Amino acid sequence: MSEEKKIVVPEPLLKVDDLCKFFRISRNAVLKAVNHVTFNINKGETVGLVGESGCGKSTTGRCLVNLYEPTSGHVYFKGKDTMTLTKAEQMKFHSDVQMIFQNPYASLNPRMTVGEIVSEGMKIHTKLSHAECMEKAEALLHRVGLNKEHMSRFSHEFSGGQRQRIGIARALSVDPEFIVCDEPISALDVSIQAQVINMLKELQDDLGLTYLFIAHDLSVVKYISDRVIVMYLGTVVEEAPADELYAHPTHPYTKALLSSIPVADPKVAKSNKRIHIKGEIPSPINPKECCQFADRCVYATDRCRAEVPKRKEIEPGHFVSCHLIDQ
Amino acid sequence: MAERENILEIKNLSFSFKTYGGEVKAVRDVSYNLKKGEILGIVGESGCGKSVTAQCIMRLNPEPPGFFEGGEILFKGKDVLKMNKKELKELRSKDIGFIFQDPMTSLNPTMRVGKQIEEVFNGHKDISKAEIHEKALNIMKLVGISDVEKRFRQYPHELSGGMKQRIMIAMALVSEPSMIICDEPTTSLDVTIEAQILDLLLDLRSKLGTSIIMITHDLGVIAKLCDRVVVMYGGKVVETGTCDEIFYETSHPYTSGLMHSIAGLETDKDTALKPIAGTPPDLFAPPKGCPFAARCDYAMEVCQKNPPEQTQLTEEHMTACWLQHPYAPKVDLRMARKETV
Repeated sequence: MSEEKKIVVPEPLLKVDDLCKFFRISRNAVLKAVNHVTFNINKGETVGLVGESGCGKSTTGRCLVNLYEPTSGHVYFKGKDTMTLTKAEQMKFHSDVQMIFQNPYASLNPRMTVGEIVSEGMKIHTKLSHAECMEKAEALLHRVGLNKEHMSRFSHEFSGGQRQRIGIARALSVDPEFIVCDEPISALDVSIQAQVINMLKELQDDLGLTYLFIAHDLSVVKYISDRVIVMYLGTVVEEAPADELYAHPTHPYTKALLSSIPVADPKVAKSNKRIHIKGEIPSPINPKECCQFADRCVYATDRCRAEVPKRKEIEPGHFVSCHLIDQ
Repeated sequence: MAERENILEIKNLSFSFKTYGGEVKAVRDVSYNLKKGEILGIVGESGCGKSVTAQCIMRLNPEPPGFFEGGEILFKGKDVLKMNKKELKELRSKDIGFIFQDPMTSLNPTMRVGKQIEEVFNGHKDISKAEIHEKALNIMKLVGISDVEKRFRQYPHELSGGMKQRIMIAMALVSEPSMIICDEPTTSLDVTIEAQILDLLLDLRSKLGTSIIMITHDLGVIAKLCDRVVVMYGGKVVETGTCDEIFYETSHPYTSGLMHSIAGLETDKDTALKPIAGTPPDLFAPPKGCPFAARCDYAMEVCQKNPPEQTQLTEEHMTACWLQHPYAPKVDLRMARKETV
């Protein structure tokens, strides 16, 4: 995998360049959900996006699939700016890029049968007849571990895990290349989570999919991702290959985040080696122009409170935004 | 561990709900106990009856539609099921604290949080208003809330998730109960905040000697916090033991399956996770035999037909599985675990 990546480098599948998404809340309050974010996603890889709730990871995901219009900055998919697509290009884009949503209870239309949900995209994006659509929908449901009796049922008749499978079948129905998975497993039970993760990995191997995997469960992200991006309050603080990030976290926030993962091993968990972050994630409304983590960081200096840190590459592929690495 | 007295004993408890679809047998023949100053973890998937059991302790389940089919719950030797209204009120407001899962919805949005903490003392005649106020402020400081005078006057919507959960903990602790029940207190919180809350609970246990029942589905939380663990599945207890016994001497296929199916930090990327196939049993018509039989890799004929007996492996370690029977094939679940980790 790693050798392959070096060759693929020239043209990333998706390029996010200085992306910003602000929401104006009142006359003088701006919520900066995504604040100058830059990263690339190469074909065939899984990029994990982690951070606490409210750090802007879902907003970033939604900007990538054009559900939100960015305030500034650009998203390039296969070299084309997604904001300036023609109608025809937009249609193609929406079938190439799909999304799996967080809450399988809210993201399926309760008044449509499973067959209708899965075939809806095909009817819009392809010229297949109704019978062909249904046939394909059946095949897709089979692919995600459901069977054709489920076609005529409604979503409320299914468990959470099954619903998430329906959501995945719907995303796959238009033969996408890139899927944004927005916390696809956080609403599921532990024993069901593994089923869904295994399925996502299998699908990637078979269909050559590219994933952006948004999650707050750091162990799952490590398991599934090739590269990991850590976000904090709208900014990317660190980006590195998964193994590198977990072995050598550099940003103080990443370190603290990794050390607060609950480990399912009593001997490790009870030997208290945690790095504590005090306080809670501050409000993203009118944030200060400085390092966003400065207020909670134990190593913060005056410079951190005055200046926005720049993104620097400390190892090949390992980017950190922190003033401390200069020292 | 020195023999400590039991503060709570649950014996053969069965609890069901009457619905239009039939009776949901949520809790079936569950027994466990809690010692003084101990943290007991209860793990299981959603719908396994872990929350219902805990709510039975304080009689918080609506009755009807819920009703007790049998068993007893002894709190300090007194049967909760036989208590009258007055005794129950005493139990709920003084003896046991309850921390609910979702701090966003379990606080009253129209009341200042300080008032909500003070409300616990409603009907307590032996304490003055000033004392109550003093107590509320002290408990808020204890759970790590800064600037308490200001926070006291705020409404829930002005606080973050972690802060609200601290208020919930403060409410549970303010009457200095000898036992608190935490129903997934950290599920809706971020890992960094979760770490803070767990440390707070450990800290409180060592300061106040409170006994804690910790309900969760997160094995990481269990590993960090608990002395003993009860594993529940399909309304029944399948395994109990000390924390080390459950993690290192796993003897029930369900417990072992749970541990396989989580992606730990050491999990190799190239090995697939081993999920537990299938879905939890339907509690309208619970299976006759072992509740886990339909999803178990080692299920035998007897598992479908007869409920397994409880086998005592060590003083604390109990497992309900037919594999423990002398005639059953020997399966080393621990070995199976080591291969994948």
